[in-house]
Amino acid sequence: MNLLQTLRVALRALRRSKMRSFLTALGIVIGVAAVIAMVALGDGARAQVAKTFESMGSNLLMVLPGSTTAGGARGGFGSLPTLTWDDLRAIQNEVPSVRYAAPQLRTTASIQSEDLNWTTSVTGTGAEFFAIRNWPAAQGALFGPSDVDSGTKVIVLGKTVADELFGAGATPVGQQVRVKNVPFQVVGVLAAKGQSPMGQDLDDAVFVPYSTYLAKIQGGLKNLIPGVIAVSAVDSASTARAEQQVRALLRDRHRLSDGADDDFSIRNLAEFASAQKEGTATLTTLLLAIAAVSLGVGGIGIMNIMLVSVTERTREIGVRMAVGARARDVLLQFLAEALVLSLAGGVVGVALGLGISFWMARAFGWPVMFRADVVLIAVGFSGLVGVAFGLYPARRASRLDPIQALRFE
Amino acid sequence: MAETPLIRLEDVWKTYAMGDVELHALKGVSLTVERGEFTAIMGASGSGKSTLMNLLGCLDRPTRGRYLLEGHDVSGLSADALAALRNRTLGFVFQSFNLLSRTSALENVELPMMYSGTPSAERHRRALEALAQVGLTGRADHHPSQLSGGQQQRVAIARALVNRPRVLLADEPTGNLDSRTSVEVMAILQALGATGITVVLVTHENDIAAYASRVLVMRDGKLRSDTRQVPVAAVPPPAEEAGSADGREGGAA
Repeated sequence: MNLLQTLRVALRALRRSKMRSFLTALGIVIGVAAVIAMVALGDGARAQVAKTFESMGSNLLMVLPGSTTAGGARGGFGSLPTLTWDDLRAIQNEVPSVRYAAPQLRTTASIQSEDLNWTTSVTGTGAEFFAIRNWPAAQGALFGPSDVDSGTKVIVLGKTVADELFGAGATPVGQQVRVKNVPFQVVGVLAAKGQSPMGQDLDDAVFVPYSTYLAKIQGGLKNLIPGVIAVSAVDSASTARAEQQVRALLRDRHRLSDGADDDFSIRNLAEFASAQKEGTATLTTLLLAIAAVSLGVGGIGIMNIMLVSVTERTREIGVRMAVGARARDVLLQFLAEALVLSLAGGVVGVALGLGISFWMARAFGWPVMFRADVVLIAVGFSGLVGVAFGLYPARRASRLDPIQALRFE
Repeated sequence: MAETPLIRLEDVWKTYAMGDVELHALKGVSLTVERGEFTAIMGASGSGKSTLMNLLGCLDRPTRGRYLLEGHDVSGLSADALAALRNRTLGFVFQSFNLLSRTSALENVELPMMYSGTPSAERHRRALEALAQVGLTGRADHHPSQLSGGQQQRVAIARALVNRPRVLLADEPTGNLDSRTSVEVMAILQALGATGITVVLVTHENDIAAYASRVLVMRDGKLRSDTRQVPVAAVPPPAEEAGSADGREGGAA
C-alpha cells in the first residue's frame, strides 16, 4: 500500500470511533496548547523586559566616583569625587569601544512656571546624554554642544514635569521656568519613557547643560566632576569590553598600583538586563519541561488506546494478512493512525494555544508574541510523540501470527 | 507448464511444541493437486485438515517436507514473499466470512488490490466485476451488517477471486449458512471451478463434499483416502421451496 492509501485507511479507522479518537488526542491537544500559550506569553514578557531596559539606555555603563571613609563610616559610592573632567574627555576620546560619554550632575530642586511649581530631579549633563539614553524630544528640541559650551540657560522637561507645571497637553516650548530663581527657557519636552524596572518615574526629571548647572544651580570643584559619568558602548556586544577598557584607563590615569582597589566603580546595566532575560529564560525552560511531560502523558494515552485497538482488531489484522498485507503494511497502518491522532492533536493544540494567548492578551493586556518556529516545533514534536508511542502497538500488530489472528474471538 | 502440478506436497510434517510435548498435526502428507480440480478435504476435528489448509494457504510453513506451488518450493520463503503469494496466487474463503465490519462490500472486495498496488480506478472496476460475478450487483455500498450470511459469504468469495488467483481455498465456507444458501455458495464455487480456478475445500459434511470432483479424507495427521467422483451439480432450489429444503442445520459447531 502506498503512503496516501495508508493515511486514508488510518483516517477512516479513526473516524469510525470519533469520541475515542478525540479523547485520545486530547492529551496532546492540551500539551501543545500549553506550550504555545506559555511560549507566547513568555516571549511577550521577555520582550517587555528588553524594551524596558532599552528605555533606560542602550548599552549603558555608569561610572561612579569613589567613596569617603570618615571615622569608620563609609560614605557609599559617589560620596568622594574622584572623577575629573579630564577623565571624562579621556573616556570619550581614548576608549575605542565607547561611543558617547556624558556627565550626570544631579540635585533636587523646586521649579516654578508662571502659575505652578513642582519639585523634581534636576540633572546637568552633556548633549550626548540624550543619545546615550535613546531619548528623543516629543516637542521642541534638545540642547546641543553649543549650549553646553556657552552655558546657555535652556532646559528640557520630562513629560511628567511638563504636565505638572503647564497642565497636561500644554505646549511649554518657548516659555520660561525658574530653577532656584534662575530663569530658564524651555526648549523641549522629552518623549514619555514610563517607569524604570524598579518603578521609578523616568519622566519626572528636567535636564540642563552641565556648564549652566555648575554656574547657576550647584557649583562644584574645579577639576572634579560632582556626579557620575554615563557611558554608552558602541554596541550591545561590547559593553563588557568597554567596561574593561574604561576601568583600565581610569586606573592608569589615577595612577593606581596593581594591588590597589579602584577609587571608582562601574555599573554595567546591560549585564543587569541580561540577568533579567536569563530569569525569564529559566521560566520558559521550566514551562517547556512541564509541556514535555504533558506531551509524554498524551503519548502514553495514545499508546494505551492503540494497544486496545490492536487487540480489538486482531481479526481484521488477520484478514489483511491473509489477503496479502505484509508485516510492514500492518506496521505502517497502525503507525499512521497514531501519527494522525497526534498530529491532529498538535494542530488543534496550536489553534487552542493561539486562542488562549489572544484571549489573555486582550483580557489582561499581557504582551503576547507569536513565533512560527515554536508552532512548527510543537506540531513536529507531537508527530514525534505519535511515532514514538505508536511504534510499540504497531509492531505488536505487525508481528501477529495470521492463523492465530484469524481465530481470535 | 502442463507437466508441473499446481500443488505438490512431499512428505510434509507439521509439529507444534506444546510445552514439553510435541504435537504432530501432520505426519508426512504427500499430495498432488492438478489445475482445475475441485477438491474437498474431509476429516473430524483434530484430524489435521485445518493445519493442511493453513499450509496450502501459505499462512504457515511446514516443519519438514516440501511444498511446491506452481513448481516453486515455498517452504523456505520469507514472510513477505508468502504475503505476496497469498495476495496474488491464493484466495481465501472462511467459515465466518471475515469481512471488515463498517466497511462497504466494494471496499472489502478492493482490499487485496490495496496490497498489490492496483491503481484506484482499476481497483474499483475489478471489484464491481467480482461482485457481479457472485450476483451482488447493486449491493456494493452495503455494509456486512446489512447483508445476509449468504450475501456476506459471496462478498468474501468476490474478495478471494478479485486478484485472479490460481487456487481458491475455502475453509468450511458453508459452516455458518443454512442449507439453501449453502447450495447457492457451492454453485458459485463450482462455477469458478469451471472457469479454471482450482478449488480446495475443507468440510466435514458429506453432502457438501459431494459437489467436489475429488475427496480426500484425513485422520490423525495422515491422508487416509483419495477418491475421485462425479460431482453433484449444485442447483439452488427455487425461492418458494427454500423453507422446506432438507433439514440440515445452519452452523457447523
